[in-house]
Amino acid sequence: MGERMHDIRLSVNGVPHAATVPARRLLSDCLRHDLGLTGTHVGCEHGVCGACTVLVDGRPARSCLMLAVGAEGHELTTVEGLADPGGPLHPVQQAFRECHGLQCGFCTPGFLTLIAAYLEEHPDPTEAEAREAVAGNLCRCTGYTNIVAAVLRAAELRRAGPAAVPEPAVPAEERP
Amino acid sequence: MSTRMFGAPVARTEDERLLRGRGAFLDDLGPGALAAAFVRSPHAHARVVGIDAEDALDVDGLVAVYTHDDLSGPMAEPLPMLIPHPGIIDGRTPYALAKEYVHHVGAAVAMVVATDRYTAEDVAERIRVDYEVLDPVVGIEAAARADVVLHPGMADNVAAHHVQEVGDAPAAIDAAPNVLDLELDIERSACTPIEGRGVRARWDPADARLRVYSSTQTATGVRAAVAAKLGLGLGQVEVVVPDVGGGFGVKIVHPWPEELMVPWAARLLGREITWTEDRREHFVSAAHERAQRQRIRVGFDDSGRLLGLDVAILHDNGAYLPYGVIVPIVTSTQLLGPYKPGAYRVVFTSLYTSTVIVTPYRGAGRPQGVFAMERTMDAIADHLGLDRADVRAANFIRPDEMPYDQGLLFQDGRPLIYDSGDYPAALAAIKKLVDWDGFAAYRERALAEGRRVGIGLACYVEGTGPGPYEGGHVQVETDGTVRVATGLTSQGQGHETVLAQIVADELGIAMSDIVVTTGDTRRMGYSVGTFASRGAVTSGSAVALAARSVREKALRIAGEALEADPADLEIVHGRVRVKGAPATGMDIGTVAVLSNPLRYAFDDASRAATQFAGPADYDRAPVDPDDSPGLESAEYHSPLRCTFAAGMHAAVVETDPETAEIRILRYCVVHDCGRLVNPMIVEGQVHGGVAQGVAGALYERMAYDGSGQLLNASFMDFLIPYSSEVPAVAIDHLETPSPLNPLGVKGAGEAGVIPGSAVLAAAVEDAEGFPITAMPISPSDLFDLRRRFAAGEIAPLRRRAPRVPAQQQPGQERR
Repeated sequence: MGERMHDIRLSVNGVPHAATVPARRLLSDCLRHDLGLTGTHVGCEHGVCGACTVLVDGRPARSCLMLAVGAEGHELTTVEGLADPGGPLHPVQQAFRECHGLQCGFCTPGFLTLIAAYLEEHPDPTEAEAREAVAGNLCRCTGYTNIVAAVLRAAELRRAGPAAVPEPAVPAEERP
Repeated sequence: MSTRMFGAPVARTEDERLLRGRGAFLDDLGPGALAAAFVRSPHAHARVVGIDAEDALDVDGLVAVYTHDDLSGPMAEPLPMLIPHPGIIDGRTPYALAKEYVHHVGAAVAMVVATDRYTAEDVAERIRVDYEVLDPVVGIEAAARADVVLHPGMADNVAAHHVQEVGDAPAAIDAAPNVLDLELDIERSACTPIEGRGVRARWDPADARLRVYSSTQTATGVRAAVAAKLGLGLGQVEVVVPDVGGGFGVKIVHPWPEELMVPWAARLLGREITWTEDRREHFVSAAHERAQRQRIRVGFDDSGRLLGLDVAILHDNGAYLPYGVIVPIVTSTQLLGPYKPGAYRVVFTSLYTSTVIVTPYRGAGRPQGVFAMERTMDAIADHLGLDRADVRAANFIRPDEMPYDQGLLFQDGRPLIYDSGDYPAALAAIKKLVDWDGFAAYRERALAEGRRVGIGLACYVEGTGPGPYEGGHVQVETDGTVRVATGLTSQGQGHETVLAQIVADELGIAMSDIVVTTGDTRRMGYSVGTFASRGAVTSGSAVALAARSVREKALRIAGEALEADPADLEIVHGRVRVKGAPATGMDIGTVAVLSNPLRYAFDDASRAATQFAGPADYDRAPVDPDDSPGLESAEYHSPLRCTFAAGMHAAVVETDPETAEIRILRYCVVHDCGRLVNPMIVEGQVHGGVAQGVAGALYERMAYDGSGQLLNASFMDFLIPYSSEVPAVAIDHLETPSPLNPLGVKGAGEAGVIPGSAVLAAAVEDAEGFPITAMPISPSDLFDLRRRFAAGEIAPLRRRAPRVPAQQQPGQERR
């Protein structure tokens, strides 16, 4: 009993990939296990937790609710694509680090991609808007306080531009 | 001098890899493994009559199907009882795969191994299991009634029964001028980490060694269990814990059936196998906690001082008791909080039900104990017409009474002696933070606007950092890198950062030169695990001791080379130098070279060290009898007993007069976990704990129906709060150092969750004017309570007349 396979081409983080998958292969599984991009995590596989959030043509989508075959022709961005591997962190990543917006880090990739897209359209959110913006993703560790703070800090970093020097967690005068 | 890292809000070293998507969680460990899936019972209680895999055999990619019949020796025996206790009457544990009976929905009946998970699930669906369905036992009342007995050979469903007593509580209560009775109820919730459980195993036939990766809170525990069950020597099993996506207690349980079956099959098949739990599996086959029914009788004087307290607890432990009775023991003992109870008796009865097992979830029985005591305090205050904070203050253990012996045995089997704490100071701080004294005026203003608000307060004491021990290994490499290992595991607590902070200070090394490994039996073979808020206390102390020992050795060796008294040396920024003459010194990597008389010049550090090599002493062996080569040390911290952290929460809520929605307007925390290693991380722990406390108080419950089906086994129906439901938290820290460890620290991991149900019940009750005795409370629950209250079925609080219209001022109705 064999399963019909499909040859697909996916564009992820600007890089073309080829994969051979059955029609039922979830995009999340394809990214993680066929393409080796394990930064995208799977928390519920029913579209509630948001850990698997990736950007599809720049818009957040739950990769556990999409089939890999349906992602052909779209530009996908995963957490691995937010910053160049050797380069500085994306402002959202930098803000999460500064604000202690992550603990175990499992849900984090979903928040990072979500917030990166959100700030593209809402560069200057209020705290209430920031809280609302992340209200579709679950985090069991942080209680969201520092995630909301990180949204605001990321907006600040973005506005300051790429030349902005990240704020050290320990004030400069106390550094060794 | 360098800045102290201890106490600074240092950004985490873990973050870089996690933020870039380069974490390595269990299911991220790469291709090449077969996948396992489990056939699970759809029935709460049944006899397995037959298992037929015939229909599955033609599925492409099937490798193997196993049932209990395939197991032999220790693998065919029940799983171990991890923590025996004299109170356990009949301790039942599950089999790795069901043998004849299943006792809850979700119990593993068969294991499938296939080329990938999709195929494994296809196979699992095609395996037909015939069941003879038996009557379930759902809920504490049914378990206590024992019309149905769950386990063959038992006369009832009582797994354990335990009494602890100090003085004669019934007599003290009978003699008291005031007596109250309370009946309280708390429902189930669960840890629910966003990453479920997972196991991966690889057998190396050439080495006859097994490598197991597990998303666990204890590497050494899993290792010992797997070795024993598979008949392997401890040295043949390596357990490596990858990044773990949250634990909160559920991953301390070991061995899980899957944690045995995956390594067992990997060895049998000679193939690497992985199993990743899905969300539904986590709901029905991992563990839950919290469900208890409590009956309290309390006697007190006219100032609200406790004279006698008599508590009976019915505890739902689910289908089996693999983790013993830790949860009800913790409830029984931590119920006392910061108070002197007078005479105290606590009796718990732990009951089997045909539901998922109950094992510690962050707080581990404390939320229930605090609920019992704090509801009692509020009831006393209401009865006497006293301020709720004043009644608590009247019962506090005073700072000058520390250390304070409660006269009971704690969860670690050692005396319940509080080491330090300043509860009056904490109360003053929380009253200030929440503006306790200004609330009456605030309520008047709110009532004038037609808004119904209430305030609550809850106090707790938390035994943290239990032994028996944890170890630390610190090794300086010749390039100056310092490698630190401890055996316990991390699930997001920031151990890599916190332990590096401690070592950085002790050794005088930059954080960036320190690499910390946790949860890897190859690096540290003796360890206990991560639970009971013990990481900073036990491993933090152990690595501090190991770093001190390394420092002493480094100063000795450098002293010899520099011809200086070690007392005149210091280590600053990784350089050992003469105090007051910083130019005279050497890099600590050079000291590491000198510490090893086998000095092949492999690297620059070795070449650099040659200048310091003194003349040979032919009367001395190259390594002294009491010395060892290498600049490294392993030390263990074994605490005398737990150290007791404490805190107080206060919450202001608003309840909607029409919809009964409950909104938290303000949530305040005063928290004392001794000295803070990293305040940013501690606050993060408090934030996360509070979110789980709010979740357990207002949103989460396990909805079992009468047949033992869990109706809300998904994130769609089990309501984990989003950011829209969790309040902002105001935090104030006290730092009362512990005298029981070298750092003066106390545990911080669980604190935030503990008083959640107690403080929110108090605040809702205060808003509504009638007692809240069961948690969690949803808007529908509150709506129903209002109807019953209006019908006269529930007595009002004394401090206010029956349900005031919005315009009335409740302050005037105090008696």
